[in-house]
Amino acid sequence: MFSFKEIKKSFLISLWFMFLTFPLMVIKINPETHSILWEWKNMLWVGIGTFCISLLVRFYQARNKKKSLSKKLFFADRKIPTSVIVAFLFFSIIFPFLFSNYHVNIMTTALMYIVLGLGLNIIVGLAGLLNLGYAAFYAIGAYSYALLNYHFGIGFWLAIPIAALLSALAGILLGFPVLRLRGDYLAIVTLCFGTIIRLILENWDELTFGPSGISQIPRPTFFGIEFSPHNVTTYIYFIALGFVFFTIFMVNRLKHSKIGREWQALREDEIACEAMGVDKTKTKLSAFALGATWAGMMGVLFAAKTTFINPASFTFIESVIMLSIVVLGGMGSISGIIIAALILILLPEYLRELGNYRMIVFGLSMVVIIIFKPHGLIGNVKKNYKTDYDVSQ
Amino acid sequence: MEYFLELLLSGLIRGSIYALIALGYTMVYGIIELINFAHGEIYMISAFIALIFASVLNAYGLNSLATFAIASSLAIVYAAAYGFTLEKLAYKPLRNAPRLSPLISAIGLSIVLQNYVMLAQTSSFVPFPNLIPDFAFLNSISHILFPSEFLILVITTIVMIILTIVIKYTKIGKAMRAVAQDRMMAMLLGININYIISVTFIIGSCLAAIGGVLIASHIGQINFFIGFIAGIKAFTAAVLGGIGNIPGAVLGSIILGCTESFATGYVSSDYEDVFAFAILVLLLIFRPEGILGKKRDQKV
Repeated sequence: MFSFKEIKKSFLISLWFMFLTFPLMVIKINPETHSILWEWKNMLWVGIGTFCISLLVRFYQARNKKKSLSKKLFFADRKIPTSVIVAFLFFSIIFPFLFSNYHVNIMTTALMYIVLGLGLNIIVGLAGLLNLGYAAFYAIGAYSYALLNYHFGIGFWLAIPIAALLSALAGILLGFPVLRLRGDYLAIVTLCFGTIIRLILENWDELTFGPSGISQIPRPTFFGIEFSPHNVTTYIYFIALGFVFFTIFMVNRLKHSKIGREWQALREDEIACEAMGVDKTKTKLSAFALGATWAGMMGVLFAAKTTFINPASFTFIESVIMLSIVVLGGMGSISGIIIAALILILLPEYLRELGNYRMIVFGLSMVVIIIFKPHGLIGNVKKNYKTDYDVSQ
Repeated sequence: MEYFLELLLSGLIRGSIYALIALGYTMVYGIIELINFAHGEIYMISAFIALIFASVLNAYGLNSLATFAIASSLAIVYAAAYGFTLEKLAYKPLRNAPRLSPLISAIGLSIVLQNYVMLAQTSSFVPFPNLIPDFAFLNSISHILFPSEFLILVITTIVMIILTIVIKYTKIGKAMRAVAQDRMMAMLLGININYIISVTFIIGSCLAAIGGVLIASHIGQINFFIGFIAGIKAFTAAVLGGIGNIPGAVLGSIILGCTESFATGYVSSDYEDVFAFAILVLLLIFRPEGILGKKRDQKV
């Protein structure tokens, strides 16, 4: 199966990794007693592990070469059969009645991230504006509900449109200074925006109660009826599910509307876009505002779900996970984002049994997925129009 | 006045460390247009490796200067090896992928490396041995300039000069600039792209390792999370100066370091980062390409 040369190469790779991991894995320092522990056993594990992985990768590559090219496009963004959609719908509706509250809670979080991913997809996937501070809008939504409720007693359902509006305003506020920036400059400014918002939340004690956060945020009610703590989990699950459907519908409509096509045109070529009479300012700002809206609404849901928020929930890592959902899913593809959100949120939760190893597995799976699927899980195929005759003739 | 000088000095020291890391960012970005999020982790790993070797050598009773020299050179070698491996493993397969894909593998790697160090070593802060000897000639100003601070300034300056010479006058530096300008054309002229990219990663990682060892012995403690924050700051500095531009990265780092130091000294340490980032945002509004970045005309 493997030639001698391949085995030798794998062996050399495993030797290299043993060298790399030698100081960190083998020598263990105890800072209090200044004693040194030599754990040579670890080195053996690293050697065997990398040797096997390297052989596996070689095997995969050799098999892939034989495959015909047509099979590679298996995951293209094609029409999903109706039966699959119906099955998913059915499953998602009966889900809370089949599983315990623990699973329903996790699934609710995953659903919220689907909405966040779809919202960020408007900014990153459709308009092509790299945003590393999306969690700031999420924070604005959560804090507007918490503070409005604390001071004025505003309920969950009224807070949703208010938070959406406030986040959209914040999106426009961020959008103005960055109109001229491109690519990575935009990324760093959005990153700064996210950090500044979090730092303000942390330090402006009079308004936001500082790092200790706001607790006892009321859960959502159903026309004034409060649910028991057991049932409210199911209720929030259905609210999140409703948001997912609403968002999928809206994003789909937006994508093919006039403004959606303008976003995509802007992403492809700014100059050509302006030459065709697209208003660049309006298009970019609308992308920021509409993208931020979803984060604001999800922020309200997050605050209502956990009943406690503090600035630590809205760190840079949060923004990174949201961006990873969009890129891993395949930019601009709705079904891809749903799958990526489910993977990125459910994986760390259900890997809890692995204890401390779960984040390593999480990071590694991100690397592996993107290396084997560089265009995302479900690559977005551009719409093309076929004609019956050959143009070149 | 003395307070002002003290703040300026501490700003310069912060800035030098940022500069050592920011150079790695900016060089990698200049060549393959990738924000290497795992770069900060190289800095953290090198600090840990220096600590480990220093403890081992200390246990065998070597004197502190020799320990410092050997441990830091080993840390630099290992950082170079890590940088080289990461590029081959996670970025090379994605060279022709969409622009954001390498960013995701960089973020993934950053998570992996942080947790790898946390699991292999410890999750709490570890004291870093004080290995830098007292310089006798610094005694008169030792109340404002510690020996470690002096060493940071001197080594950073020397490294910058060497780097400038390498980039400007050597064959490999010329090849690096050529690849940064136009990768395809450089390839056609017979430059080995893979080799140049590897060299860039190795140089960047070595610089980060120097920064890591210096700051660790200055501050006196490290943990697995230091790379993340330093990485973000250094990236900010690189963008401030104009990403892809080497003198720009140094200038941006010094501005960032001084801003932070003055904000801490005169306003409040709570808002240190707010000031740093606000300056960046303001500057980018007026100069969207960074301080020294060249304005590139868009091609149609």
